[in-house]
Amino acid sequence: MNTVVQKSRFGVAQIILFLSISILVVVVAVPVLLILFNAFWVNGKFNLNDVIRIISEPDTWQALMNSLIIAAGTTVGSTIVGTFFAWLVTRTDLPYKGFMKGMFLVPFMLPSFIGAMAWKMLLSPRAGFINKFFMTYFGLSGPVFNIYSYAGIILVEIMYLFPFVFIQVCGALERMDPTLEESARISGAGLFTITRKITIPLVLPSILSGALLIMLYSMAHFGTVAVLGIENGIFNIPTLIYQRIHQSAGSFSSIRTGTVLATILVLTAAFILWLQGKILSRGHYQIIAGKSFRPMELKLRTLRMPLFIFCIAYIGFTIVLPTVVIFLVGGLKTYGLPFTWENLSLENYKFILFKYKVTRDAIWNSVTLGLSAAVITMFAGVMISYVIVKMKVRGKGILEFLGMLPFSVPGSVIALGVILAWSGKYGVNLYNTVWIILVAYIARYMAFSLRANSAALEQVHDSLMEAARVCGASMWQTLKDIVLPLVRPGMLASFFLIFLPSLRELTVSIMLYAPTTRTIGVAIYTLNEDGETVVSAALAGIALIIIVTGQLLVERFLGKKAHR
Amino acid sequence: MEDLIRIEGVSKSYGAHRVHGNLTLSIPKGECFTLLGPSGCGKTVLLRLIAGFEAPDAGKISIDGVVVSDPAAGVNISPDGRNLGMVFQDYAVWPHMTVFDNVAYPLKLAKKDRKEVSERVMETIAMVGMSGLEKRLPSELSGGQQQRVALARALVAKPSLLLLDEPLTNLDANLREEMRFEIKELQRKLDATVLYVTHDQEVALALSDRLAIMDESGRIRQTGSPWEIFERPVDPFVFNFMGIANFLSVRREGEEYFVGNGTQPMPWEKPTGDCKEWVAAFRPSDARIAHDGAGLRGVVRRASFLGAMMDYLVDVDGAALRTSVETHEAIANGLMFNDGENCVVDFHNLHWFEAESLREVMGTSVREGKS
Repeated sequence: MNTVVQKSRFGVAQIILFLSISILVVVVAVPVLLILFNAFWVNGKFNLNDVIRIISEPDTWQALMNSLIIAAGTTVGSTIVGTFFAWLVTRTDLPYKGFMKGMFLVPFMLPSFIGAMAWKMLLSPRAGFINKFFMTYFGLSGPVFNIYSYAGIILVEIMYLFPFVFIQVCGALERMDPTLEESARISGAGLFTITRKITIPLVLPSILSGALLIMLYSMAHFGTVAVLGIENGIFNIPTLIYQRIHQSAGSFSSIRTGTVLATILVLTAAFILWLQGKILSRGHYQIIAGKSFRPMELKLRTLRMPLFIFCIAYIGFTIVLPTVVIFLVGGLKTYGLPFTWENLSLENYKFILFKYKVTRDAIWNSVTLGLSAAVITMFAGVMISYVIVKMKVRGKGILEFLGMLPFSVPGSVIALGVILAWSGKYGVNLYNTVWIILVAYIARYMAFSLRANSAALEQVHDSLMEAARVCGASMWQTLKDIVLPLVRPGMLASFFLIFLPSLRELTVSIMLYAPTTRTIGVAIYTLNEDGETVVSAALAGIALIIIVTGQLLVERFLGKKAHR
Repeated sequence: MEDLIRIEGVSKSYGAHRVHGNLTLSIPKGECFTLLGPSGCGKTVLLRLIAGFEAPDAGKISIDGVVVSDPAAGVNISPDGRNLGMVFQDYAVWPHMTVFDNVAYPLKLAKKDRKEVSERVMETIAMVGMSGLEKRLPSELSGGQQQRVALARALVAKPSLLLLDEPLTNLDANLREEMRFEIKELQRKLDATVLYVTHDQEVALALSDRLAIMDESGRIRQTGSPWEIFERPVDPFVFNFMGIANFLSVRREGEEYFVGNGTQPMPWEKPTGDCKEWVAAFRPSDARIAHDGAGLRGVVRRASFLGAMMDYLVDVDGAALRTSVETHEAIANGLMFNDGENCVVDFHNLHWFEAESLREVMGTSVREGKS
């Protein structure tokens, strides 16, 4: 009889599951576990007292508090700004709403540490252009505003983070069924009552969810605090981890402090994500329909022009001005010279692109690292999502749990975990090579890839795959001929979702770079720290051009595909 | 004739929910066999067990003499090793491939040479009436055309067995009628063995050489030719499932049988058995209404004009029944009744079941005489 006895233990399914679990374990779980292990185990014993001692050290405690203060301020500020602008562009008769909406999303593209650098040039207490202008022409004895302060840091973060709330609230307001408000109006409620009693409660889940995202981001945010805080000794958790690791060249006590701080970040992140999940699942009443409605528009009347001018001024001040400053400073012969035609040239740009080894290496490193990380993470992500979304195998639960991890691990934590895992302690030493940065990028961007690919795979109906199996295709052939071609758009999206942000990455690379493995972000940051302001600004300018062009191309290209 | 599919003692459960227990069924070569049952009865699960998408917990499945599933022996051949063709309810035509590529895929997998692939594909496409549309993408086809592509794809490799999972459900009524004759035609032409799963008894009757009726618990109630199933139902479930059913409760007193609580003896063929309580089942078309003559006397409770048909609800000694007459015939023969008029009902074709067996059906689902 020609029966086939199935190797029921180790089929293709088991191999794929095993590979998927291995990737997530090696790339994400091991680094995180090593952080927890190093934080809580001292000399082979669980030691909570030591953890408490480290937290109560003045520096660490201060960093913790700073993270909280900055995150709280940023969250409140961004929520107010984001909600207000979202309401303006969706529910009022503000002129040029479409254009405004596009402009308010621009900060998403811009790296906030480059923005922070621009604001440092504008508002540093002594040399800032605005402060200098007022001191020279209005005879002020001190600066108008000192950017090296909590307020400065919070304001800059708000400028770059408010789109998280803006985009969520815009979506909710646009999808909200207008009959809900109209029926309140018919019942005799005034516009103010409607807004207070109907509109705000309905979009509150979106507002809160956006606010929590900002909080998560700000707690773990490195760039802005690194650029603006260090001058006055303001450290938050990520910058303190960086400073400790960087200065002590990996001494045991600094690693311990780092792991304890990182643990706090991970726990906070997990808590925030849990809270967000709760709010979203409870808050999504059926009122927000999938269809697009034409919402009721408020006539702004006499406020129309003043609000329009306010929006233009906001865009000009927070987006155009810093960008222009970066490009102008990038063109100066020496930092400090006035912006006159004699002082401006393209020399710096030519220098960093064609002559200066540090910046040329950095561009090369960022592009190759970004491409490799994007390709690897894209394929790993599609495989892992495939197991989670499509396969019925035992042991899938482990993978689902591991798949949640990348979402709740901030960049600086990944960097620290990767140092612990790949510095030779466990046989492999990647420290000071590009490979360690690559591993960290893969861990950092895995969440993006999982999200995009899961969404794409959910669109592929099971029967399409079953039809191929019945036609005689093996599992591999089905994957190759049916599944991969159908999820290609999702894969492409995940590629760009990784490649573009990786070009401006700072948080992870700054902890892992060696003299020859600087990335664009690291080069901009270190050049700026070393006082090479004009070169740094020129490189930042180039980075902005690459990022914005890339983003526009992708939106054009992928956006069209989505509409087909 | 040799059996193509043999299912022996197959059981399948999902957690605590048992879909099939100890199911046995065989289908001879070249037959068009239909599994007919209400939705949720596990007929699709049985199809998926045969296709190899699911593995049975116990029992044995063989196709064409090859054991494909036998958990006791550790045998479970994957779907690609079973030499099948299958058409899915949602067509499952691959959206990124043209009609030609969809149909050619099984042959490409079988590593046929290019010329043969192209000839066979064009031939099969012509067979399902899709010539000239080879270069179209599925998004440029109608539902019916996509279904034809799926059918061509399932047939092109000349599989030993063709599985059809409610392939006509998503088509509109006219197309459904047309397609079911075409499928039958193709099956005859290719001499293929077909296993067809549906909940639509009309399709099943029109298409099958034999069919099996499955109930909600996954049990096969009756297997037979369409005529046998329709004319010789073994129990009220089968009778009820195959069309509009009337059930009259009948009591036996000595050698006489009476409807409801009345005293009119039933003059027709009587059942054998010493049960006291019976049901007499019939289709509305098998009851003839008249003003007088042989039959049971009753009262018309409701007369409804339905265009081509007159539909009457009649009360016979406290038992309600429905009967219908073609309108033009009713007019020609003076059979237009008004509400409350006296009448006589005569029956052609009564099916006798023990009352106990009806109660079991009523517990699940039944459309009774009164509407």
